[in-house]
Amino acid sequence: MDARLIVRVQAEPFDPAAEMDALAKLHDDIGAVASFVGYCRSEGGRLAALELEHYPGMAEDEIERVVHEAVTRWPLSGVTVIHRYGVMRPGDGIVLVVTASTHRAAAFESVEFLMDYLKTRAPFWKKEHRADGSVGEWVEAKDLDDKAAERWQTRS
Amino acid sequence: MTEIKLIYFAWVRERIGLAEERVDVPASVQTVEELAGWLQGRGEEYAYAFENPAIVRAAIDRKHVKPDALISGAREIAFFPPMTGG
Repeated sequence: MDARLIVRVQAEPFDPAAEMDALAKLHDDIGAVASFVGYCRSEGGRLAALELEHYPGMAEDEIERVVHEAVTRWPLSGVTVIHRYGVMRPGDGIVLVVTASTHRAAAFESVEFLMDYLKTRAPFWKKEHRADGSVGEWVEAKDLDDKAAERWQTRS
Repeated sequence: MTEIKLIYFAWVRERIGLAEERVDVPASVQTVEELAGWLQGRGEEYAYAFENPAIVRAAIDRKHVKPDALISGAREIAFFPPMTGG
């Protein structure tokens, strides 16, 4: 059976429970649904918000490429990835990844793979809005994120 | 000369002061790296955006490319900092 793959890039908030429930109900041999939600942090009260800029068109394409890579590596029945853009307040969900499979290993591992790849390949950029009202910096990419993505290349 | 649409994101966009533009690129400019070098010479805004060209990433027609990628046939080339989504 073909996997149900959903990729959405949107300004609106998402509902993790509803998205997980939709994948759980795909068919009656789903034994595992795993999910990850990335949230906006205040960095100890320093930030009022994060503003996410994206490359329309390429953001969707790039996430779809990563999702297709995941379904070639793991036996997945469904994948949902939602990435938001615009102004996020601390506590707002920025990204949601949900995968469904017969067994838990595929669901767990594929969520981690998807997040590691999204961090380094999906064209999104975060700008800080400081709590004191001043203009913040663009968030810098972390070497750790590259390392996290690279580890999936060394294991075949 | 080839006309190409250039798009800039995040601090590359802020430093150049434009989100996108159409430019006539000389035929001698053949790779993404050469295009970045040629753009550097277009003014101080561009020099600032590409002051450390090794960290600026590029995409041709919405696909990531390496600095040695050929630009011939490209409709749209984007320059941007390393990505920080997720």
